[in-house]
Amino acid sequence: MEVYFDNAATTRVYPEVKELMIKLLEDDYGNPSSLHMKGVEAEKYIKEATKQIATELKCQEKEIVFTSGGTEANNFALIGGAMAHRRAGKHIITTNIEHASVSATLEFLVKEGYEVTFVGVDEKGIINLDELKASLRDDTILVSVMYVNNEIGSIQPIEEISKLVKAYNPQILLHVDAVQAFGKLRFTPKKLGVDLLSISGHKFHGPKGVGALYIKDKTLIRPTMYGGGQQKNMRSGTENVPAIAGMGLAAKLMYGNHESKMEHVRNLKDTFIDRVTKLENVFDNSGEAPHIASITFVGIRSEVMLHALEDKGIYVSSGSACSSNKANVSGVLKAINLPKERLESTLRFSFCETNTLEEIEYTLKCIEEILPVFRRYIRK
Amino acid sequence: MEYKMFLIKYAEIGTKGKNRYVFEEIMCKRMRALLKRQGSFEVKREYGRIFVEARSEYDYDDVISALQKVFGVVGICPVVVVEDTAFENIAKALVEYVDNEFAHKDFTFKSHAKRVNKSYPMSSMELNCEIGAVLLDKYPELSVDVHNPEIMINVEVRDVAYIYSKTIPGPGGLPVGTNGKGMTLLSGGIDSPVAAYMIAKRGVELEAVYFHAPPYTSERAKQKVIDLGNLVAQYSGPIKLHIVNFTDVQLAIYDNCPHDELTIIMKRVFYKMAQDLALANDCQCIITGESIGQVSSQTVQSLSVIDLAADKLPVMRPCIGMDKQEIIDLSEKIGTYETSIQPYEDCCTTFVAKHPVTRPKLDKILESEQALVGKIEELYQKAMDSVEVVICK
Repeated sequence: MEVYFDNAATTRVYPEVKELMIKLLEDDYGNPSSLHMKGVEAEKYIKEATKQIATELKCQEKEIVFTSGGTEANNFALIGGAMAHRRAGKHIITTNIEHASVSATLEFLVKEGYEVTFVGVDEKGIINLDELKASLRDDTILVSVMYVNNEIGSIQPIEEISKLVKAYNPQILLHVDAVQAFGKLRFTPKKLGVDLLSISGHKFHGPKGVGALYIKDKTLIRPTMYGGGQQKNMRSGTENVPAIAGMGLAAKLMYGNHESKMEHVRNLKDTFIDRVTKLENVFDNSGEAPHIASITFVGIRSEVMLHALEDKGIYVSSGSACSSNKANVSGVLKAINLPKERLESTLRFSFCETNTLEEIEYTLKCIEEILPVFRRYIRK
Repeated sequence: MEYKMFLIKYAEIGTKGKNRYVFEEIMCKRMRALLKRQGSFEVKREYGRIFVEARSEYDYDDVISALQKVFGVVGICPVVVVEDTAFENIAKALVEYVDNEFAHKDFTFKSHAKRVNKSYPMSSMELNCEIGAVLLDKYPELSVDVHNPEIMINVEVRDVAYIYSKTIPGPGGLPVGTNGKGMTLLSGGIDSPVAAYMIAKRGVELEAVYFHAPPYTSERAKQKVIDLGNLVAQYSGPIKLHIVNFTDVQLAIYDNCPHDELTIIMKRVFYKMAQDLALANDCQCIITGESIGQVSSQTVQSLSVIDLAADKLPVMRPCIGMDKQEIIDLSEKIGTYETSIQPYEDCCTTFVAKHPVTRPKLDKILESEQALVGKIEELYQKAMDSVEVVICK
């Protein structure tokens, strides 16, 4: 039996998305900037995808810019936002559980003379709002907070964060990395009160290599890609038409019948956590996101457990690697203060709509088999 | 300037008496194999020398780098070929050659002319004089030094004329396949590919064995070993890599033996398995990357105890006296370092005691191994029966 429980890493594309993309690769392969009919045709797909994404985000179509993925969207938001507002100040605030595409980009900005404050989270992985409030300064220009954490699935109170930030200074840009949230939660940037929001196609059954940045109308941001002036000069480079069209369709399909899908996914997660934590020395670190379960199996290194599950056809992710490779120990698990032995023994199981309870049962059965075998072998 | 030809210099194989022909042919075959990807080339042996002749366009740097991977090659001389041997043509080509090859034309030189075509109207002596005159006339800052020249300008007149002076160093050593075959223990670290390279350099054909312990070692760690095998194979030629699933044996050792001796006993089993594979595949030795004192299992005491596990074949340890940095330097030179340090670290440390023995006694280890009798044989056989073979090339 093959069980794919790594849907927070990437998802399989919807069959309809695949069909559409093949059609674009084979037949409608024009460049949207071309003046002839092939170009106009290609442009229609971009417009359609824009409409589809804008519909789900309940925003204006002109507020969507397509990128090469979540990483580029985050880079664009942070570098483009910081540069456009640098006359107002050079202070940026974020949390200490962000994805590397945010934290590493901010590291770059620090080298460029910006200052970054990292706000801590509680043991559930939720931002400390008092600390955030205390961090706001007159020269703060940007706040970047992820919506759903990719390792433990904690959900940040974006609306509250927005109110707090905008009450302090409405000029401060609020960026949200919503890569793990889009397709799982129902939200609109307007209601959340954010200026910039990143999404990534392959996290919701769309293709890899495509993402989008929502840029609230009239927000001042600098492009980070220069060239032919595509996408109204905001992001030069020939549009990845098949991927953009695929992502648009995936968004539409993902949010079709959404409530019952998420009910199903949440049920998988809850059932799994409920049952697996009944086993001896197994702990749950998961947040509220419907699709992510973070589970600690005390006494077995995460990589060993991961490969043991792989041997049974079950694919998951490790929150952290062996301590022999310290650089890879998860910053998120550290940030929520997991004790050392749990840092080394935590796995992420992430679910999607096509997973089944039968797969959960099979996985639980395998874990029950694996645990006693591998717990015998510990370093002495 | 485009070189149509390379003269290949080799040293040691010239001394091997009547085997010389065999040695040369093996080296030529290896050159042909490596040059296949670079274009159309002819590798030929004539007048006791080896020439590589380009029959198509090629990238100079890539060809040199390919030839530098052929053991036995001591030097590579790029040769200018002059089709029409009339002296004024040779002179013109010489002037051009010096102009292109040397940025500063103020060196001392000696002309070394050779007349293979005895019907050529000028003698070697006359050629030398004329060549000297032409060059001094064109580049007055040059000077002749017949005893200790900085540059030796070689001109050979056959049915065509060859001009060469520069020698690019080759790897040296002996052509692979002229000195038997060895079974290398490849771990995925820095040392073992270097050891394999050093032994292959002496003409030894390679096979390799990797001990895989899933789920404690990952599929990526295995792929890394295959990648390293492929890199070493650029020098040694194809390597048959035997991948042994070692997990069950490892667990049996863990279950039955003292913890501080786990590594020593495990390595003794590695040696035994490597020896079995070596004997089954016509290898005459085992090769490891061990270096004295690098880790607890590589103290002289540990090595002496481990060594005795291979009781039928010698264990070659070319890195034995090298410092870590020396091994790293060589791995960088041969191009395996970047792959060796990829961080697909395995979780085998589970089986490394926190305080392993550093001065094991053979009696004590043999006694500990008694606990495996009746428990390990079947697992050992199963591991040997299920070996996966990958050809690295």
